[in-house]
Amino acid sequence: MNQAATLPQSIPPGYLASSQGKGGLASWLFTTDHKRIGLLYLACILTLFAVGVCLGLIMRLKLITPGNQLLTPQTYNAVFTLHGVIMIFMVVIPSIPATFGNFLLPLHLGAQDVSFPRLNLFSWWLYLIGSLVAVLSIFTGSGAPDTGWTFYVPFSERTTTNVSVAVLAVFILGFSSILTGLNFVTTIHQMRARGMTWRRLSLFVWSLYATAWVQVLATPVLGITVLLVFAERVLNLGLFDPTRGGDPLLYQHLFWIYSHPAVYIMILPAMGVVSDIIPVFARKRIFGYKMIAFSSLTIAFVGSLVWAHHMFTSGISDFAVLLFSFLTFIVAVPSAIKVFNWLSTLYKGSISLEPPLLYTLGFIWMFSVGGLTGLIQGAAGPDIHVHDTYFIVGHFHYVIFGGTGLGMFAALHYWFPKMFGRMYDRRRARTAFWIILAGMNLLYFPMFVLGMEGMPRRYYDYLPEFATGQFISTVGSWVLAAGLGLMFWNLYAGLRRGAPAGPNPWGAATLEWTLSSPPPHENFEHEPRVDHGPYDFAREASHE
Amino acid sequence: MSSDSDQHLPHILGDRLLTAVWLALLVLTVVTILVARIHLGFNNILVAMTIATTKALLVIFFFMHMKYENRLLQGLLCLAFVVLAIFIGMTFFDVAYRDVALS
Repeated sequence: MNQAATLPQSIPPGYLASSQGKGGLASWLFTTDHKRIGLLYLACILTLFAVGVCLGLIMRLKLITPGNQLLTPQTYNAVFTLHGVIMIFMVVIPSIPATFGNFLLPLHLGAQDVSFPRLNLFSWWLYLIGSLVAVLSIFTGSGAPDTGWTFYVPFSERTTTNVSVAVLAVFILGFSSILTGLNFVTTIHQMRARGMTWRRLSLFVWSLYATAWVQVLATPVLGITVLLVFAERVLNLGLFDPTRGGDPLLYQHLFWIYSHPAVYIMILPAMGVVSDIIPVFARKRIFGYKMIAFSSLTIAFVGSLVWAHHMFTSGISDFAVLLFSFLTFIVAVPSAIKVFNWLSTLYKGSISLEPPLLYTLGFIWMFSVGGLTGLIQGAAGPDIHVHDTYFIVGHFHYVIFGGTGLGMFAALHYWFPKMFGRMYDRRRARTAFWIILAGMNLLYFPMFVLGMEGMPRRYYDYLPEFATGQFISTVGSWVLAAGLGLMFWNLYAGLRRGAPAGPNPWGAATLEWTLSSPPPHENFEHEPRVDHGPYDFAREASHE
Repeated sequence: MSSDSDQHLPHILGDRLLTAVWLALLVLTVVTILVARIHLGFNNILVAMTIATTKALLVIFFFMHMKYENRLLQGLLCLAFVVLAIFIGMTFFDVAYRDVALS
């Protein structure tokens, strides 16, 4: 895959350069180019990711030994709430769809842009405004929100901290997500190039399609729910507060109707990234294309029916517990189909262990551990034991950081040469990967043990018997931070002075690799005519 | 670019049809209020939801012209309705059985 002999000596300016005489910051802030909007999202998301990581590190540092040091209990509550709100709503949910989805969807379809470019820009502005309002909630009113990212009632209605502004921010961010989903569904239906049949779509596009439907159908429920909390706080309604005739479980239903499918908004695009990367670095067609595509839709649909498994201990009916537990086990099937198909693709492949594939393999490991521990909680009996303990924190971070996070990093390493036209130091990228993987497991695996032993989550202090696990976990957070630092520094160095990457450094067969790196403003000079599938490497090689 | 949509022609609905739909909506609103006064237990919710769904369908199909759109759009709307029905149905399924213990 090293095409040094054919590399260009200079990098074409592409979409990164100003066009039609328009330059400066305004040409970025008011751009309707999907590639630039993707980069705007990327810049915001990485900035907020750094903030979320810092909050997590502070939290772990506070927990390194038992006792009261570093933070007051109220500040600790605010720190874990902000860590959750920032990471979930501003980083993980928009991470892959808003950045790589925006950048790549039209390129994968052979289109010039998304269906509604202005709506796309508006969606980014909503994201920016929502994020600013969330930051505002920290510094205004009577203190940063302290409810946890779930805003559970009745506490979220009674706390005097700045919950009203925070839920308003979530409302705005939700609309940004809905508009992106709407744009993607329309684009995939309407903007495919000639010959780009549904069976020739890349699996990344299939995953974006499934995700977009969840964004469109489930996110409005979150919007309504947080609006009701806002109304309850401001107008003193009695919707959720039991002292005024409300039902707090109704809030939990409404919240999880969105927030569990949101987990699939987070993980499905990462699965799409994995499905696109593995065949390239195994030099084989993907095994089970149709089943992987179909499983994305199945995960999106069945994943929308399992929300109440978050509520097994909350007092919902026994029938509901039975039903939702059963459905939770069903959703494991399409997830397993994907994992088995990825492994089957790798089997007897000509594997090239480049950084994108390493991060992808890391995804499979972390997601498998996270997924299997999820089944323990999906079973109603064991869930009663581990509910609201560190076990759930470990499980969630394995799936979301180990899954979506590593998926995002895999995408970043895979498409970096296409986005910026330069290559990073691959050896350093591999080193960073191993440090990150070690750090993640050191940080989150002890949480499974702590949770099984009964350590409740979100507690400010703990008993001495949990001290060893907490200490190991905190050391893991430092290792992870070091790995992340190395990875981002390496990418930054590549951005500044990396060697020109050429149009197709990995020898991939999807349409974006037929363009120069970085791609030109208008993408394709002429509308491409597609006559082969996205993983038809033999055809691609014969074209070269 | 390929397209899933058929040739789209504008539809202008007659005053009679629009008035009839409007009257139907008013009647259904009155029915909602009247039925709410009759104690049907849990079935009150079912009746209210059925009337509300009918009203929403009338608005979408006639005022928003969905009746005259292609099958793809109608199918996508149907999907949205099914998902919404599942969300609401399964939530109320919990409420309906909350006092019933399996043991």
